[in-house]
Amino acid sequence: MIDSTMNGIAGTDNPILTLDNVTKSFGPVAVIKGVTVNVYPGKVQVLLGENGAGKSTLIKMMAGVYQPDGGRILVDGKEARLPDTNASEALGIATIHQELNLVGSMTVAENICMGRFPRRFGLVDRRKMREVAKKALGMIGLDIDVDHKVGELGIARQQLVEIAKALSLNARMLILDEPTAALTKREISALFSVVQDLRERGVGMVFISHHLDEIAAIGDSVSVLRDGEFVAEVPADTHEDELVRLMVGRSIEQQFPRRREYDGPADTLLEVEGLSTKGMINNVSFSVKAGEIVGLAGLVGAGRTEVIRAIAGVDPYASGSVRVRGRQLPKSSVGAAIRAGVGHVPEDRKAHGLVLGAPVNENIGYATLSTTAKTGLVDRTGQRKRAEDVADKLRIRMHNLDQVVGSLSGGNQQKTVFARWIVANSSVLLLDEPTRGVDVGAKVEIYELMNAITAAGGAVVMVSSELPEVLGMSDRVLVMSGGHISGELSADNATQDAVMTLAVRDVQRDLEDKLMEDGHE
Amino acid sequence: MNKVATAAAPKKARGGSQIGRFLADNGALVGLFVLGLALFIATPDFLTGPNLLNIGIQASVIAVLAFGLTFVIVAAGIDLSVGSVAALSAMGSAWIFSQGSMPGWIALIGGLAIGALSGAVSGFAVAYGRLPSFIATLAMLSIARGLTLVISEGRPIGTAPEVSFLGGDLGVIPMPIIVLVVAGLVAAFILNFTVMGRYMYAVGGNKEAARLSGVPVRKVLVTVFALSGLFAGLAGLLLSGRLDSAQPQAAVGYELDAIAAVVIGGASLAGGIGRISGTLVGALVLVVIRNGLNLLNVSSFWQQVVIGLVIAVAVGIDSLRRKNQPH
Repeated sequence: MIDSTMNGIAGTDNPILTLDNVTKSFGPVAVIKGVTVNVYPGKVQVLLGENGAGKSTLIKMMAGVYQPDGGRILVDGKEARLPDTNASEALGIATIHQELNLVGSMTVAENICMGRFPRRFGLVDRRKMREVAKKALGMIGLDIDVDHKVGELGIARQQLVEIAKALSLNARMLILDEPTAALTKREISALFSVVQDLRERGVGMVFISHHLDEIAAIGDSVSVLRDGEFVAEVPADTHEDELVRLMVGRSIEQQFPRRREYDGPADTLLEVEGLSTKGMINNVSFSVKAGEIVGLAGLVGAGRTEVIRAIAGVDPYASGSVRVRGRQLPKSSVGAAIRAGVGHVPEDRKAHGLVLGAPVNENIGYATLSTTAKTGLVDRTGQRKRAEDVADKLRIRMHNLDQVVGSLSGGNQQKTVFARWIVANSSVLLLDEPTRGVDVGAKVEIYELMNAITAAGGAVVMVSSELPEVLGMSDRVLVMSGGHISGELSADNATQDAVMTLAVRDVQRDLEDKLMEDGHE
Repeated sequence: MNKVATAAAPKKARGGSQIGRFLADNGALVGLFVLGLALFIATPDFLTGPNLLNIGIQASVIAVLAFGLTFVIVAAGIDLSVGSVAALSAMGSAWIFSQGSMPGWIALIGGLAIGALSGAVSGFAVAYGRLPSFIATLAMLSIARGLTLVISEGRPIGTAPEVSFLGGDLGVIPMPIIVLVVAGLVAAFILNFTVMGRYMYAVGGNKEAARLSGVPVRKVLVTVFALSGLFAGLAGLLLSGRLDSAQPQAAVGYELDAIAAVVIGGASLAGGIGRISGTLVGALVLVVIRNGLNLLNVSSFWQQVVIGLVIAVAVGIDSLRRKNQPH
């Protein structure tokens, strides 16, 4: 299990921070079982593992949110206790969370100086505050107006503001928790050049990402975790297949196991005709047959999510029609869409897909509560039985059905959303970024689920920003650009180049830049 | 009662014995028990039949108001109007009987209908008018109180005998206690066993996710406020039944006691969490403290200070406990 090559990687410098053989349990569940990680100045230490492997718990220990039950934390070689986040911040350790800690309604300068506003005669010294902020932004070469409201910036820039804030607090170690998850390609490369600068300044970094290709681009060394255990430490240029093998404990034969097993009649299940909304989508028409997966590709902001939401009855549309099995759906009625057999896995499962504080059982049952009810009373035994069966079938890893869904890993949360529609017998599934923030193992399980749905005669529409996924799983690819469909490609003709050509075809150059710079759907 | 309602709370994925978990999840109940024990030791007057019945009667109005409010708070709303709606329902009922010369049972049902209708109006304002529930019910607080004064012209009106019956006794058991128990069972049943009840938790937990799962969010919102109004109407009738007259200034400020009872009972103002059993315990905690301090001859001025501290401590302990759980 342990084939550490740590000595080969470690530089001559001493580590800023060491987690030495730490353990952590929540109740009876051991989530970290003896893990050692070193963070060196000027190096990027990647933490790699599936969701639930223990990465978040480890970084929370580094940040002082959790305290290890066993083992030691060393800072500059001396044993340290980090009872809270203030203690770690005082030692120069800062965390850039996925959910940024910024106040959107306040300015960049105010956010950077939050909690330590410079004062003059007891009043806020705005001039000084702007200076501090400009200096901080200068450290990462970010040129934006410090009087701009943070909420008006795109996610990518907000993230950079947060990094600048950390640096102005004299951070010498940054923990970057999936910083690229919500960024476009161009934004990612901007972030990586900032990381490169920081590395040269001697800042130590911990980097978490589910994108294996980013590891070689930005990392120095990779600590691989599995089920809370330390598996190996390998150089960042290790081949992706090997990383996957270490992470999931088995090799993945095929990343996109698309199989076409449906041999029933090719009925058209979903027909969208002339769909238009005010401003966003323009005359979108397509249809999906039983047993088919149709990929919806395009740049962020091309209108893919809007199409999905209009079909699902979430948002109203100005003109056009949506038919399921030949029957027209009324506009903006989620209930009618569900009754017609439409299931919608939204882009942001935490905000739109799940009631995080409610049990798995309840989350699976929401769409079927009223249809299975007798005289307004919940069919409690039936709902539980169905939830149990589907959770078993989808292998949702949990303690029991009463566990709150927010405490599951990303992949299992996503499977819970799928489970809802399987229980509802949905035959038309609208999947919006179905594998976002999901680990490699669970991704394959979700692909297999899509295979099973289509094999049973269902139809799938999948929006994804990961081109390999679109190309690997779709039977046909529709490319959207500037709010309408700019082209259709068969599975055989769909290549990255062909898709990208169509994706930018109708977008004016400057508009495209704007979308890639600031846009997020 | 407690057994019925425990299913509502998402069980925590933690270890420990069943008993330990039960105690941790029912902090207010433990507090109530400790409080009772302390008062039992401090004064011989506490644990007597008449005093306990007295506590039950005193708790009934607050608890019934708080049961209704629990629906709203579970659905992530707030209802500030319950005290005023209680007064309006009682006054409306008395008016129907005395001025409208209707039979007493129509006056009783009329009072409940006025409550439900007032709540439904707030609900419509929240669901379709997109008013924050704080604002919509603040408006209703003023409107309902104003209407109470208008129809009564500022004077008390005698209640129908059917309403007075709610304030009387059935054998040795006071009617308010029976009403309290029945109302609690009905409320717990709605929350746990009806589709609408489960929808309330979903809407309170994540409105958008609920909508995308096909939950009729606006219908749920109108329903919770209508139920809150209905329960407030019942509380108003209880209150006026005990006095045999509807008072224009009845139940002023009761909404604050009701909110306190719900949050002491472990509900979260952020929505998605709350149980009727907890709310009942919360109401009993408030009443037992008042009763105990009265028995111990503590001035009513100091009682308010103590109640305030209890609210802060109870909710503080609860949020600390939640914070210590992973995620």
